[in-house]
Amino acid sequence: MLTEAAPHYRQPLLKTPFHDRARALCQVDSFIPWAGYTTVDVFTTVEQEYFAIRNSTSVYDLTPMVKYRIAGRDATRFLNRLVTRDIAKLRPGRVAYCVWCDDRGQIIDDGTVFRLGETEYRLCTGERQLTWLLDSAVGFEVAVSEVTEDIAALSVQGPTSCALLKALGLEGMDYLKPFDLGYSHLPAWGVEAPLMVSRTGFTGDLGYEIWMRPGDAERVWDGLMEVGRERALRPIGSRALNIARIEAGFLLPNVDFVSAGQTLRVGTGRSPLELGLAWLVDFEKGHFTGRRALLAEKSRGPRRLLVGLDIEGTKPALNALLYADRSGKRQVGSVTSATWSPTTKRNIALAMMDAPHITTGLNVWAEIYLNRELVWERRMARARIVERPFFAPERRRALPPGQY
Amino acid sequence: MSRPAPVVAASGRKYDCIVIGGGHNGLVCATYLARGGRSVLVLEAAERVGGGAVTREFSPGFKVSACAHLLHLMPESLIRELSLGTHGLHIVADRMPTSALSEDGYPLSLDLANLDALAARSSSDAAVYPTYLALLQRFAAALQPMFEAVPPRLGTDSWHDRLALLRLGLRLRALGRRDMRELLRIGGMCVQDLLDEYFETPLLKGALGFDAVLGSNFGPRSPGSVFTLLYRMAAAGAAGGTLALPSGGLGGLSDALAKVAIHAGVVIRTSAPVERILVRDDRAAGVLLESGESVSAGAVISNADPKTTFLRLLGAEYLDAGFVRRVTHVRSRGLAAKLHIALDDLPVFRGLDEAALRGRLLLAPSLEYIERAFNHSKYGEFSPAPIFEITLPSSADSSLAPAGNHVLSAVVQYVPYQLATGSWEQERARLTGLLIDTLDNYAPGLSESVVAAELLTPEDLEREFRMTGGHWHHAELALDQFLMVRPVPGAAQYGTPLEGLYLCGAGTHPGGGVMGVAGRNAARQVLRGAAARGRRAA
Repeated sequence: MLTEAAPHYRQPLLKTPFHDRARALCQVDSFIPWAGYTTVDVFTTVEQEYFAIRNSTSVYDLTPMVKYRIAGRDATRFLNRLVTRDIAKLRPGRVAYCVWCDDRGQIIDDGTVFRLGETEYRLCTGERQLTWLLDSAVGFEVAVSEVTEDIAALSVQGPTSCALLKALGLEGMDYLKPFDLGYSHLPAWGVEAPLMVSRTGFTGDLGYEIWMRPGDAERVWDGLMEVGRERALRPIGSRALNIARIEAGFLLPNVDFVSAGQTLRVGTGRSPLELGLAWLVDFEKGHFTGRRALLAEKSRGPRRLLVGLDIEGTKPALNALLYADRSGKRQVGSVTSATWSPTTKRNIALAMMDAPHITTGLNVWAEIYLNRELVWERRMARARIVERPFFAPERRRALPPGQY
Repeated sequence: MSRPAPVVAASGRKYDCIVIGGGHNGLVCATYLARGGRSVLVLEAAERVGGGAVTREFSPGFKVSACAHLLHLMPESLIRELSLGTHGLHIVADRMPTSALSEDGYPLSLDLANLDALAARSSSDAAVYPTYLALLQRFAAALQPMFEAVPPRLGTDSWHDRLALLRLGLRLRALGRRDMRELLRIGGMCVQDLLDEYFETPLLKGALGFDAVLGSNFGPRSPGSVFTLLYRMAAAGAAGGTLALPSGGLGGLSDALAKVAIHAGVVIRTSAPVERILVRDDRAAGVLLESGESVSAGAVISNADPKTTFLRLLGAEYLDAGFVRRVTHVRSRGLAAKLHIALDDLPVFRGLDEAALRGRLLLAPSLEYIERAFNHSKYGEFSPAPIFEITLPSSADSSLAPAGNHVLSAVVQYVPYQLATGSWEQERARLTGLLIDTLDNYAPGLSESVVAAELLTPEDLEREFRMTGGHWHHAELALDQFLMVRPVPGAAQYGTPLEGLYLCGAGTHPGGGVMGVAGRNAARQVLRGAAARGRRAA
C-alpha cells in the first residue's frame, strides 16, 4: 500500500483498507499505532462499544494482525517443532491458539494457526516473527512468507453476530463450530472472491473473523454497516476490546508478558507454564523448541504463576503491586491487566504471582492508587484469586448459534 | 604404514558408545572411552581411519599426507598416555627448522640458534627477535592451561567452572602488570601492526605473520590475527614446541592410534558411513548406517564437524531453533588448499641447504604480499601470487617416494571454497600450473622434475574428508569461535542439547591441527555423563 507519492519514511504508520470508512465513523478521532498500522482506539465511547460486544454485534478491524503463509511438504512438522501444541492433530479447516518459545522455554509470542489444507497454514501473530520463523525453517521443506498486506480482516463479535452475518448473506454459518473455518461467497455486495470465515475471536463471546482481499474490504464493511443498522452493530476500537479480552482471560503480549525476544533483564521472560498455558504444551508429540527447558521447569515447578483476581471495590487495580499482608510488607506479585467488568459486575485483574503456592481461593492485597481530583489516595484492597475466564457465556459454543 | 587399518566386523550387539568418524580425535576419544570401561564402536566412512591425518598414494609410488602434513600440536602428555611410541608411531624428523624462502637466494632461518642470515639483513631485527619470541611465548604459556581442559561454562554456580576460570585468571595475573597490559593491548590486534612495531625486514615479518593466518580466513591486517598466532603457539607449546614428521606421513600416526584403540578393545569399522543419528525418547540411541544397518548405543560421539553432526546426521527437528541458528552461523569456509607434487629429483631452493629442506619452508615474502593474496579470496578469486607452507617429507622418509624421487606437500592459501566465476573443474589445472610456476621461481628447475601434481581445493577437502566448507579446523578458529563458545554455546563442553550425543572433533575446543585434545576431553565428559551440563549451558 506504499506509493511513490508517499514513501515509507513519510508514512510511518500504514492505513488499513478500512481506514477511510473507520475515520468517517470515528467521532473522537482516537487512533493508536498497532503493528505498523494506525488503528482506532475509540470510535464513540468505550462503554457503548463494549456493550456492542456483549449485547449485540461489534466490528473490529483486524488487518494489522501479522499473517504468515506457511506451506510445503514439511509444513506440519515445521509448525510442530515451532509451537508447543500438537499441530498434527489440527485437521484442515480448523484453527488453534498456540504459543511458541525460545530455547529457554520462554514465550516469544502467541497466535492462531489456521490449517488451510494438508500442507498449507496461516499463522496470525501480534508481532513480526519472520526471522524466528526462517531460523526455525532450517532443515524443513517449507516456505514462509509474510502476507499481512495481502489479507484484510474484520472481527465480528457478539451474541447477534451469527444472525447478522447470515443476514449479510454468508452461508454455512449455522454449522461453523468454534475454531472451524469455512468459505462463503458474498455476491450480493459485489464481492466475487470467496471470503474465509473462522469462528474465532478475542472476546470470549460468540464471534467470527472474516478474511478477505484488501480490494473487497470496503464492500464487506459497507454491507455489514447496512445490515447492522437495525441490529445495533457498532464498529469498536481497541479499548473496548481490551475489556472483553480481560473478561475472557486472554493474554496480551507485551502487557501480560514480554516476548522472550525483547526482554533485556534476567527473569522477565515468561514460560507457558508460568502463564497458566500448560494445556497448550504437549510434551508427548516429539521435540519442539523449548521442550527440554520446559520439561526441566515442569519437574522443578514454575517459579511464578499468572492468576485471575477478583478485587473488592470498583476501582481497577491498574499496575497494582500485590502483597501477602494488608500492611504491604511482603510483595507477592503484580497486576498485569485490570478492568471493571461491566458484565460480571466484578473488579477483575490478571496478575503475575511470584509465589506460585498462593493459588485459587486465597487472598492477597492489592495496592491501588486513586486519583480524586488530583488528590491521590492509596488503598489496600482485598483480592481473591479466582479461576479464569471471568466471563464465559454458553452462547460462545452454541451450535447452531442463537438467532437473535 | 599407510595400509588401511584392519577392519573388524562388529557383532549385532549394543555398544556403550559409538564414535562417528575415525579421525585422530575419534580414535583418541574411543581409546579413552574403552580404557574407561566402555564398549566402543568406531564407524569410519572412508576405507581407512585417520580423517585429515591420512597418507595416500596420489601418483603411482608417491605417497603423501593428504590433508594435515605436520605433527606439531599433539600434546606430549597425550602421546605418552596412549603409548603411541610402542604402537608404531615413529618420528622420522623432529625439531624441523622453519625457513622463509626468498627469490633473491638469501632465505632466512627462523631458528633462534641460527640468526646469522637475519642479522645480515637487519641487526636490529636479529637483536629484538628473541625478545619478541619470549614475550609471545610467555603469553602462550599463560593461555596454555585452557588448551588441555574442558572449557568452563559461564554463569553457573558449579565449582568446576569457577575453578577453571579462576585458574585461567591466576595464570594471566601471574604475568604481572606490564605483561598483562600488553596482552590486553595486542590480543585483538592485527599481526601486521604488532610485527611492524618490532621488525623492519619484510621477509621476516612475512614468515612470522604466516602462522597468524595459516588455515584461517584472516589476512595479516585482519583484527584478531595476533590472537590466532598466540593460540597456535600455546597449542604448540603444549606439544613441546617442535615440528615433526611421523614415519609414513600423518597416516602413520593414525595407524598407531588405531592400533592403540584396538588394543584397548575398540571395534573399528571402515567403509561404514553413517546416514543419521537415531533418537529415542529424546536421547541419542544409536546410528543408522548408509547401508541400512542400525547399531544402538548408549552414547553417540561425533567426530564430524558441528554442521554435519547437527544439521545432517541429527537433523534440526531434534534441536531448538535458537541452537540451530547458532550452528548455521558457525563460520566454516576453508581457505586453504593442499598441493601434492611428485618430483623425480630433490628440488633446489635458492640459497637453502639440504638440512633446511627437511624442515618447513614458508613462501610468504612480506606481509603486503600475504595481504594482497588474501584480497583475492574475499571476492571468490585465487591470487596470482599465493602463499605456501611447504614440506618435502620424502627427504626424511624414503618410503613415501620411489628411490631418488621425492614428494612435495604444501598448504596453499588463499584458495576460496567457491569461485566467483567458473568452477574448480575448469580452474584447477590453471591454478596448479600457477602454483608450480610460483615454486619454480624459488626453486629453479622444479617444474621440469614434476612427475605428477594434485591440487585439493577446499571443495575437494570437503568431499574427501567430509568437512563442511573444507575447513580443516571444522570451524574457523577466531576469538568469537573459541573456548566456551566453540563451536556454539550449548555444545562447548562436548555434550550437546540432545542427551547422549557428544562432539569430539576439531569443531570443538581446542580446535583442529592434529591435536587429539578434543577427543580426550570429549571422552572425559562422556565418562562424566555431562550431557545435562551442556544442555543447561545453552
